Amino acid sequence: MSVESVIPRQIEELLSSHRRNFLKSAGLFAVSLATPGVAQTNPPPGPYRDPDFRQLDSWIVIHQDNTATFYVGKTDPGQGTGTSFRQLMADELDIAFNRTACIMGSTDITVNQGGSGGSTALEYDSRPMRRAAAEARRVLLEMASARLGAPVDQLAVHDAVISLQADPSKRVSYGELIAGKRFNVTLTGNNVMSATGLAKVKPVQQLKYTGQSLQRDDIPAKVDGSLKWAGDVKLPGMVHARNVKPPYAGAKLLSVDEASVRGLPGFVRVLSKGNYVAVVFEREEQAIEGARQLKTSWEKPAAAPFPRSEDLFEYMRAAVPTSKSAPVVEGDPDTSFTSAALKVEAEYEIPFQGHTSFSGAVATADPSNGQMTIYSNDMKSYSMRTCVADFLGLHRDRVRVVWMQGAPSFGRSACEDAACEAAWLAKEIARPVRMQWMRDEETAWDTKGPAYLIKMRGALDAQRALTAYEYNARACDYNHTGYNEPDSVLIAHLMGIRRKTPAPGRASMPSDVYAIPHRRMLGEVVGLPLIWETPLRTGNLRDPDGPQVTFASESFIDELALAAKADPLEFRLQLLGASAREDSGFRRARSLAVLQAAAAKFGWEKRVGPKPRGKGQVLTGRGVAYSFRGQSVVAQMAEVEVNRETGHVWAKRMVCAYDCGLVVNPEGLRRVAECGMLHSLSRALHEEVMFDTEKVTSRDWISHPTLRHADVPETIDVLLVNGDPQPDRPDLSPYGGGEATCKPTLAAIANAIFDATGVRLRRVPFRAARVLAALKAAGVDRV
Amino acid sequence: MSKFTLKVNRRTHTVDVDPTTPLLYVLRNDLDLHGPRFGCGLAQCGACSVLINGAIQRSCVLPMSSVKGEITTLEGLSENGQLHPLQQAWIAEQVPQCGFCQNGQILAAKVLLDKNPHPTDGQIRTALNPTLCRCMTYYRVQAAVKRAAKAIAGASATGEEKEVVA
Repeated sequence: MSVESVIPRQIEELLSSHRRNFLKSAGLFAVSLATPGVAQTNPPPGPYRDPDFRQLDSWIVIHQDNTATFYVGKTDPGQGTGTSFRQLMADELDIAFNRTACIMGSTDITVNQGGSGGSTALEYDSRPMRRAAAEARRVLLEMASARLGAPVDQLAVHDAVISLQADPSKRVSYGELIAGKRFNVTLTGNNVMSATGLAKVKPVQQLKYTGQSLQRDDIPAKVDGSLKWAGDVKLPGMVHARNVKPPYAGAKLLSVDEASVRGLPGFVRVLSKGNYVAVVFEREEQAIEGARQLKTSWEKPAAAPFPRSEDLFEYMRAAVPTSKSAPVVEGDPDTSFTSAALKVEAEYEIPFQGHTSFSGAVATADPSNGQMTIYSNDMKSYSMRTCVADFLGLHRDRVRVVWMQGAPSFGRSACEDAACEAAWLAKEIARPVRMQWMRDEETAWDTKGPAYLIKMRGALDAQRALTAYEYNARACDYNHTGYNEPDSVLIAHLMGIRRKTPAPGRASMPSDVYAIPHRRMLGEVVGLPLIWETPLRTGNLRDPDGPQVTFASESFIDELALAAKADPLEFRLQLLGASAREDSGFRRARSLAVLQAAAAKFGWEKRVGPKPRGKGQVLTGRGVAYSFRGQSVVAQMAEVEVNRETGHVWAKRMVCAYDCGLVVNPEGLRRVAECGMLHSLSRALHEEVMFDTEKVTSRDWISHPTLRHADVPETIDVLLVNGDPQPDRPDLSPYGGGEATCKPTLAAIANAIFDATGVRLRRVPFRAARVLAALKAAGVDRV
Repeated sequence: MSKFTLKVNRRTHTVDVDPTTPLLYVLRNDLDLHGPRFGCGLAQCGACSVLINGAIQRSCVLPMSSVKGEITTLEGLSENGQLHPLQQAWIAEQVPQCGFCQNGQILAAKVLLDKNPHPTDGQIRTALNPTLCRCMTYYRVQAAVKRAAKAIAGASATGEEKEVVA
């Protein structure tokens, strides 16, 4: 395999050749195009328009050589959605997959589909893409009809060539029909999601590339070192910035001694406003040194900003809620609890867990030509554009965001904070600025998934049937940080900008379709003393709240199964099978299907209560958990080994059975599911943000451990299940492909540990010391 | 500032930087290489890994004054337009998600296979354990190492056969 043959056409090549030539000839845009990652001497001057989603030309460009480039308003942080969009669009357009390319997420050249988030890429955002590609095919057929002098119904399309059915020698390629010209076709629809032409999309059975495990187009450049990432952008005159964060949460900046760093090599500026402080130097290592040496003095806040992490749940129990959801009540739970033959109660604790992205957040801002260009790997480039414009007080026509690859950003990561910081500094000093967060900054100051304290109760009747269920969650989520809000990015907080009212936050509910006659579910939000300028600010983290909520709900189902003297899998199947509730998504049928598929693959051993303990040092057990997210349903099973003398837990084998509707790229989806599940395994075994009463003390990979190679299961099986009652539906939709797999893992591991040891762990994470303490308390630590 | 001459990926470069500058920033900012990456700056994650005389080093904490030897980065693994078998295995197994850590994963795997061409599963886990991934591609990384080991063994077996025939 040669390097040439595996490197796809990179964004810069596409932009610099095909599109630039095309645009010049077609006069589509009056802007020159940026070349990400490459030094630019002549950035496009703006204003930056919003590409019009109602113009077919905004979505698809066909080139002279009969290749096509798709322009979509999504970002692909590494799950392969870009390749999947190409599969779907190539199918609708009738062009060979390997003659297509996909450009994503740069605000001035791709329509605004919001970037990525919520695993909606294929479920929702691929729909207008498919319709645009189908419309392009329809229009090309009409053009060919005129060119070849035959009605459309006498034409055939094969791989971007249209020919007469009766005489295939009479033919014309897409390139010959349209290259260098505009489609000039207006789509209809009130918003980008509903954009459509006249053409209908194909039944899914007619899609050729969809369903194939085609290799991802972004991977070769990620393994040969040729990819230019968001953090690799170099611009003429660019300087390097580092933040100097408050040493204590909530501290007030008293003084900055610029003289302490002015003499250092490469010094450019020290900038501060409110409690925000940054240094700017010519070279990167100089900026790091400058941030280290800058003398600042701070005043500690009068009151502690938060309790110690060890005391967090006591604090949350005692706190007065800032808001309560209206309870979700079904039936009459109070009467059921009063008349119960057996009541089960349990309380679960999930601490703050961080994004802790693999690298510190990074962004480069270029203020040339009186405009502002941001190079970022944030998954929501479009709202970043508006946020940066609003934060700086610029008209949004003057701001554009170029999305590029970067370290993982699963939700509201610190990328947005870094972008606003780079932009502010660039505006102040009128030079391009690269802002890079350091490791301690990322771990301590990124947004956190909220901590949850969840109380559950269940009532069983004399026949040990589950009659009532109560879920009561407290989430430490007050002043939840939204996406790209100019008044909630960290620099805004530090500069003293305050929203009128803090964001209320939320406490989420479990997702299941169990038939339980009487239910009550309630969510309450509590806040920490410090809600502004805090390193413990919460924000959406991959499958937001799902791992926390499902840890409690699916652990508790096992506790109820024990009380009902039932096998945990059988108990779930029974609760699912008994339901007669209206179910338009067929979630019940599909839930049963994934549980049964997982059990068959895993070789589920039925038993009531924990496995009889062996005599050895290592105890083994198996656990199950299930949940759904949107229309995607997941069942996971784990086999664990627990070392009773050290408390070490190893998930030796994991099975994930997954129904997310139409599968566009099976091998791609399997890897996404594996990685999502292992991310939650990391949250189950390792991850917890630690803090004292002054600051976050989790600052690196020692004080904030993560999953490593040695933790990885020996075997992982991902089963792609289609449990739809009509599996061959021509309109079968892909459902959310990623985040659902993060949801059930914590509970599956806890349930497996219980099976192995008879000890129920209700506090995450299951680090060895915590597990050993629980085993000791139960007298299980010795053979 | 001091002048340093570096041999990187079979080419010689001269840079003028402070001797305390970590090698990482010279590779990235002066030589415009994108394989080595900033992950932690603390030698804890492996994103910045490079090979120096065939041994793996974390360039984020290695001052220029201590750099002795010939440097190979991820870009330098391919030769004469041919990807290294590890890179080929990485593509075949479709390993990366975001891909940011894969520089460290691939180089750690290279050092392992150079020393031990037929590692057991346990040896792979142990050798790669210091190299982190936050997308959690570990399972596929391990599969790709095994695939590459097989490919290298197969290629060298073929090579030996040819020598015998010649």
